[in-house]
Amino acid sequence: MIDVRTLSKKFGAKKALDNVSFTIEQGQYVALLGVNGAGKTTLIRLLATLARPSAGYIEIAGFEQKKEQQQIRRCVGVMTHDSFLYADLTAEENLHFYGRMYDVDNLQDRATDLLKSVGLITRRHDKTRTFSRGMLQRLSLARAVLHQPPVLLLDEPFAGLDVNAADMLKQLLDSLIARECTLLLSLHDIDYALQNSTRTFILKQGKLIIDSATKELHHDQVRKALAVP
Amino acid sequence: MKSLGHILAIIQKDLLTELRNKEIIMSMLVFSLIVVAVFNFTFDPGSEQMQKTAPAILWVAILFAGNLGLSRSLSREYENGRMQGLLLCPMDRSLIFVAKVIGNIFYMGIMQMVTVPVMIVLFGVTIGSFAGLLVLILFLGTLGFAAVGTLFSTISANTKSREIMLPILMFPVVVPIILAATKSTAGLMNGDPAGHIWAWMKILIAFDIIFTVACYLLYEHVLEE
Repeated sequence: MIDVRTLSKKFGAKKALDNVSFTIEQGQYVALLGVNGAGKTTLIRLLATLARPSAGYIEIAGFEQKKEQQQIRRCVGVMTHDSFLYADLTAEENLHFYGRMYDVDNLQDRATDLLKSVGLITRRHDKTRTFSRGMLQRLSLARAVLHQPPVLLLDEPFAGLDVNAADMLKQLLDSLIARECTLLLSLHDIDYALQNSTRTFILKQGKLIIDSATKELHHDQVRKALAVP
Repeated sequence: MKSLGHILAIIQKDLLTELRNKEIIMSMLVFSLIVVAVFNFTFDPGSEQMQKTAPAILWVAILFAGNLGLSRSLSREYENGRMQGLLLCPMDRSLIFVAKVIGNIFYMGIMQMVTVPVMIVLFGVTIGSFAGLLVLILFLGTLGFAAVGTLFSTISANTKSREIMLPILMFPVVVPIILAATKSTAGLMNGDPAGHIWAWMKILIAFDIIFTVACYLLYEHVLEE
């Protein structure tokens, strides 16, 4: 589903990603771990076509990043620290806007179903400027999966969430995994990554230092790999 | 058809947002009306001097008020990473430019619908039966200004000092458009021969085409990091 070969990204002289290669099969749940500045967000931005690689090759769902960006965008759902939501529009209007941009069929029904599943149906007519951080994250996830993408790229989705909001988000992710969605999540929570993901990547200073089945990894091993020298 | 749907979706979203907070239109209106009112008190009512400077004052008001609107129209898109949300949509990114230009023309059109009649009354300008021609000149001037302004406000929206950067980048480039628009308007308001007006309007149209096409082609590159 995702094929990345010798991927590098430079910002001036600094290498944010250095010769990263991996493949992710459909339905895999990959946890992307790394300290701040390790290159997690850069990797997600490159996969999402929000940035151009300095070198290397990316293919998602059979589409090449350099030549078929629009097709890739249709196949990926992206959730980052920013919600991408319009504060002066209601939750429903935000989903309708993005639904139109993704040419979603039966948009009204799809938006209603998603608002129900993220627990925001009773707030659907409220402007998102009145929403808490957790509510924005849930609506942001609804926006990301609105067009039913086979690949989801989530950049620290649990950042800033309280326990209840995090639990709800975890349930939503579980339902996506059950539907064979391919997930790549950047995380800081080692325990959550080891308990839930099927595969773990660890990035360190732009290099992919660990690419392993999660069941073969131990907490101490991960912590040691993440330790800053 | 899909492209048209995407353009309409962005325009509708922008207009709905503007309808709710009114920050772009109100700021442009207040600014342009203040400019017209201040200059009105500077000259003697009905004087020849007042009539001759009216076109320049009108375009100065449009230029600076438009700058305010353009800056806000694009900076709004960068809050909460919304521009990234748009860039992730499976469409030609130049469509964002088309939608934003149309939206900016609309905002500026509303501002002009109030400012121009106020100015005509206060300055005692006579346009006779040429109201349609004045509307055409205003549209052409606004089109070129909005096209260049949308490109440069996208560039400046990502900078720390965007309010300063936008006029510094944009004003030198839009000079030919504003000059041609002012001269065309002056020809109309001062009752110059039609040939004189058309000569400036041809220049205005030429610059509109050049700038609009160039900005459209450049826009996708500007959006890349």
